[in-house]
Amino acid sequence: MSKIRKSESGSYCLGIESSADDFGIGIASFNGEILANQSDCYIPTEGGIHPREAARHHAETADKVLRQALNKAGIKPSDLTCIAFSQGPGLGPCLRTGATVARALASYLQIPLVGVNHSVAHIEIGKLKTGAKDPVTLYASGGNTMVTAYESGRYRVFGETLDIALGNCLDVFAREAGLKHKQGVPLGAAVEQLAAGGGRLVSLPYVVKGMDLSLSGLLTAATAQLHGGNCSLEDLCYSLQEHAFSMVSEVTERALAHTEKKEVLLTGGVAANKRLQSMLNVIAEEHAAKFSVVPLQYATDNGAMIAWTGVLAFQHGLTTPIDTSYVRLRWRVDKVDVPWIR
Amino acid sequence: MDTIDKVDGAVLLKKGAEASLFIADWHRRKVVIKMRVPKRYRPKELDEQIRSYRTVHEPQLMHEAKTAGVPTPLIYMVNVPESLIVMEYVEGQQVKQLLNGASKSERHEVCVKIGESIAKLHRHGLIHGDLTTSNMIQTPQGKIVFVDFGLGEKNMELEAQGVDLHLLKRALQSTHYQFWEECLQSVLCGYTSVLGALAAEKVYGKIREIERRGRYVEERKQ
Ligand SMILES: Nc1ncnc2c1ncn2[C@@H]1O[C@H](COP(=O)(O)OP(=O)(O)O)[C@@H](O)[C@H]1O
Ligand SMILES: [Mg+2]
Repeated sequence: MSKIRKSESGSYCLGIESSADDFGIGIASFNGEILANQSDCYIPTEGGIHPREAARHHAETADKVLRQALNKAGIKPSDLTCIAFSQGPGLGPCLRTGATVARALASYLQIPLVGVNHSVAHIEIGKLKTGAKDPVTLYASGGNTMVTAYESGRYRVFGETLDIALGNCLDVFAREAGLKHKQGVPLGAAVEQLAAGGGRLVSLPYVVKGMDLSLSGLLTAATAQLHGGNCSLEDLCYSLQEHAFSMVSEVTERALAHTEKKEVLLTGGVAANKRLQSMLNVIAEEHAAKFSVVPLQYATDNGAMIAWTGVLAFQHGLTTPIDTSYVRLRWRVDKVDVPWIR
Repeated sequence: MDTIDKVDGAVLLKKGAEASLFIADWHRRKVVIKMRVPKRYRPKELDEQIRSYRTVHEPQLMHEAKTAGVPTPLIYMVNVPESLIVMEYVEGQQVKQLLNGASKSERHEVCVKIGESIAKLHRHGLIHGDLTTSNMIQTPQGKIVFVDFGLGEKNMELEAQGVDLHLLKRALQSTHYQFWEECLQSVLCGYTSVLGALAAEKVYGKIREIERRGRYVEERKQ
C-alpha cells in the first residue's frame, strides 16, 4: 500500500452515501485524509422514514451536497480518481438514487466506479479515525446492529439483532413518546437526554439468544408502559437504554471473549450515546482491551466512510463495472471480501 | 471468589464472557463449578436478576434435557445467591476443537449426532438458546454432552426452534467457516431423522423466514 501511496498522493475518491435518511458526500485522499464530509438529512414531517420520499429528498439535494463537498475539499471533479457509492444494505429507493448519481459522475468523468458495502464502511471509518487495527466492532445504527470481527479475509458476524436495530428501537420509542426529530439532533439523542434524568429501573424484557439479541419485545413492553404505566418518561428512557445497551454489551463481550481480540470499536449512529460508550469501556477494561469510539461526525451515515472504503477497495483492484452496479438491499457484511486487511 | 476458595484446590478451567468455570474436588468427585460473575457495566439490580435467573434455569433445563434423551452433566448443587452451579466434570473434547482436527466422515458423524440431540430437545419443548460447538463435549465413549443452558427456555413454538437452529448455523459460519455448510447439512440430516421430514421441513421454513426478516434495513419498523 505504501508504494501506491507515494505515487498517488494526489489521488482522491468521492463517496456517496444514501442508504437511508441521510444523503452524504465525502472526499478522501488516497493517504487517508478526509477532505470533505457533507450531508443533508431527510426529516419526515411525521412518522418514520418513507423510502420514496427520502429518495426524492436525496435526488433534490444531491447537486447541492456535491457542490459543497467539492468546494470544501478545494478540488475539481477532474481531480477525482474514482467514485464510490453505498451499494447496500439499505432502503431500495434511497440506495438507487445514490447509485444513479455515482454512475452519472463516473461515466461523465470516465473514471472507475466502486460499490462499497455500507456496514464495512462504518467499520473502516472507525478504524481510520481511531487507529484501531483489529477490533471487535459493535456497529449500531438505525438499520443495523451487529458485532463483527475480522477473520480470514472477511468481517465475520459474531452477533446481531434477530429483529429490529438498536437505533430503530430508540427512535420508534421516542416517536411514541412524542419526541421530534430535528436537523442535527437525532431522536436517540433526545432519549439519551431524558434518560439522564431517570434512575428508577423499570423491569423490561431482556432477550439474549446465543450471541444474538432481540429488541422488539423490549420496544413493545416499553411502549406499553409509556401509554398505560405509571412511570415517568425519564425513568422509562433510562430503563429502555439500560436494558437495550446491556444486551448489546453482553453480546459484544461474548464476541470479545470468543475471539480474544485486544480492541473494541464502537461505530454507527448509536455510537454517539455516552452511556453505551461507558458500558463498552468497562467491558474492554475487564478484558484488557483498548476501547475506541468513532468521532461524532463519522458515527451517523456519511459520505466520508464510503469514500475511504472506496480508496481501500480501489487500491486493491476492486472496481464495479456499471452494468453490475445494481444495489444490494440485503448485502451482508460477511459476504464481502476485504483484501486490504491481512 | 470467596466461595471458590473454600473448595479444595479449585483450578480455573475457563474464564468466559459470562461465567468463570473451575475444576475442583467436591466430596471426592471431580466437578466443575460454574460461577456467574457480577457485571459492572449493567445496573446492579438488572445484573442480579439476570444472574440468578440463569443460575436457576440452567440446572432445570439440563435435567429436562436428560429426560429428553440428551446427555448433560449431572448437577450436584446450586447456590442462587452466589450464582453458583456445581456439576459433574465431563471428560472429553470440545466439539469446537474436535471438528477442526477431524476428517470429513468424522465431522459428518459428530454433526449428525448433534442434529439428533437438538431434535430430541425440540421435541420435548426445550430450546438450548446457545447452540455453539463450544457448548458440546464429546466423551471418550463417543457421546455428545450438551452444556451451557443458561440462555435456554421451555418453548414449543416453531419460531423458537427456528431461532435455535439459526443460531447454530451462525455459530458454524463464524467459527467453522471452512466447512460450515457441510456440517450444517449433517446436523439437519440428524435433525430430520429424529423429527421426520414433515416436521423438520416446517422448522427449516421458519429458519428461512427468520433470515429474511429483521436486521435488514428494508424491513425496519416505521
Ligand atoms: N461439566 C463440564 N465438564 C467439562 N467441561 C465443561 C463442563 N461445563 C462446561 N465445560 C467447558 O467449559 C466451557 C465453558 O462453559 P459454559 O457452561 O459453556 O460457560 P460460558 O457461559 O462461559 O460459555 C465449555 O465450553 C466447556 O468446554
Ligand atoms: Mg458456553
